[in-house]
Amino acid sequence: MRVTLTVNGERRVADDVWPGESLLYVLRERLGLPGAKNACEQGECGSCTVYLDDVPVCSCLVAAGQAQGREVRTVEGLADGGRLDPVQAAFAEAGAVQCGFCTPGLIVQTHALLRDDPDPADADIREALAGNLCRCTGYEKIIEAVKLAAARTGGSQ
Amino acid sequence: MRTDPAVFLRPATWAEALAAKAEHPAARPIMGGTDVMVELNFDRPRPPALLDLTAIPELAGWERTGGLIRLGAGVPYTRIITELGDALPGLAGAARTVGSPQIRNRGTVGGNLGSASPAGDAHPPLLATGAAVEVASARGTREIPIGDFFTGPKRSALLPDELIRAVRVPAAAGPQQFAKVGTRNAMVIAVCSFALALRPADRAAGTGIGSAGPVPLQAPEAEEFLAGELDWTSPEALDERVARRFGELVAAAARPIDDVRGHAAYRRHALAVLARRTLTWAWDDYRRETAGAGDVDGQR
Ligand SMILES: Cc1cc2nc3c(=O)[nH]c(=O)nc-3n(C[C@H](O)[C@H](O)[C@H](O)COP(=O)(O)OP(=O)(O)OC[C@H]3O[C@@H](n4cnc5c(N)ncnc54)[C@H](O)[C@@H]3O)c2cc1C
Ligand code: FES
Ligand code: FES
Repeated sequence: MRVTLTVNGERRVADDVWPGESLLYVLRERLGLPGAKNACEQGECGSCTVYLDDVPVCSCLVAAGQAQGREVRTVEGLADGGRLDPVQAAFAEAGAVQCGFCTPGLIVQTHALLRDDPDPADADIREALAGNLCRCTGYEKIIEAVKLAAARTGGSQ
Repeated sequence: MRTDPAVFLRPATWAEALAAKAEHPAARPIMGGTDVMVELNFDRPRPPALLDLTAIPELAGWERTGGLIRLGAGVPYTRIITELGDALPGLAGAARTVGSPQIRNRGTVGGNLGSASPAGDAHPPLLATGAAVEVASARGTREIPIGDFFTGPKRSALLPDELIRAVRVPAAAGPQQFAKVGTRNAMVIAVCSFALALRPADRAAGTGIGSAGPVPLQAPEAEEFLAGELDWTSPEALDERVARRFGELVAAAARPIDDVRGHAAYRRHALAVLARRTLTWAWDDYRRETAGAGDVDGQR
């Protein structure tokens, strides 16, 4: 089947989509957007997190056909041309990235957190990122990165 | 070779959805996909068709008529938490414990009921509040009392041509609590869970037990015991013996098994503790409400 959707502001068409295929598969394998990562395919790790109509979701659990006519924003759509989004810059600077597999999902989820709560408390950061697993960093640097991004984007330091 | 579902049906209205389900009774409904997609991604036996319900506006809303909330089957947990915390505190409390933010943004009560897992977190508060499931087919609409909905592990009273339209949940008429035991604070399937709803005007209490039996259960003897023992008119601090006995009766109503998440004996023990705790919290809430300004034993 054919699925037409808007990805990062552009109208995109995916053909020959199997009806049971996930949005994650369409993004990575059919539209050439490998930012969202495929790690568990069961909603446990958050590495595939993207915005679907402005709501962060696990794209591995969205059927491709459910995204028909809707808007998707992936980690590739956060930077402003060559300029990293403040969340991306903060992750790089704080050393919150090791192997980087979890990073795109964490960045989209953090982006959504700071959009809704520019100055989150520690507990709110942990709660917001509870569905994003990282096997490398031990999370401390990730929390630091979130705080750094919050400080730069308008929350208090 | 993948044997994917051959058809993806995407009705735009409720009437179209019922017609599609009548024509393809084996089509698998999909709402948030947080159960369905896990199965599809893991090559479990694949349905001949998927019936996507996310384009139907009616399912994504809720309305209040008098003391009743009609919650559309497709309202995600996140919206239950932000929009219905006051009217449905038990269900909203359970919703807060589901999965992760991403899962709560997609997962729905309709899907929880559709899966009918004994561990589904929406079920105990729905049992405790005496909710009803509104189901429909091209033949018409009917209401299934929540106590009759679950017929076995992952089995329900829903017929092959039926879809879940909404749940009808009485708005809270008193304090409600939900508590769940799991291996960590996020992302856990309940080892066991418990919901309590007090209805002081009726001098009654409702209960719901999750993940401790082949289906989610009520604890009728524990409910009767509370109705008789609690002094609703001039509520005193909860008698420790009442709390303990209530816990025992709830544990006795459970029918747990040993499985990978916990042993039956542990589940019974944990349920007694959850029942005692939720009663203590709810009763404190009630005393605070009746006392007015919020002065219970010097707590503020
Ligand atoms: C990582 C992860 C964590 C989870 N954590 C929890 C948790 O803590 N607690 C918990 O209870 N659950 C949890 N779940 C399970 C799942 O999120 C819930 O069961 C959720 O409520 C399912 O809703 P959904 O809309 O995503 O359902 P879907 O996956 O879309 O559907 C689930 C079932 O219901 C049927 N269905 C859906 N809508 C209808 C309808 N309107 N009429 C008839 N049938 C319908 C489908 O055919 C399917 O059988 C978790 C899942 C994941 C992946
Ligand atoms: S790949 Fe989607 S949550 Fe892990
Ligand atoms: S940096 Fe490797 S998984 Fe997070």
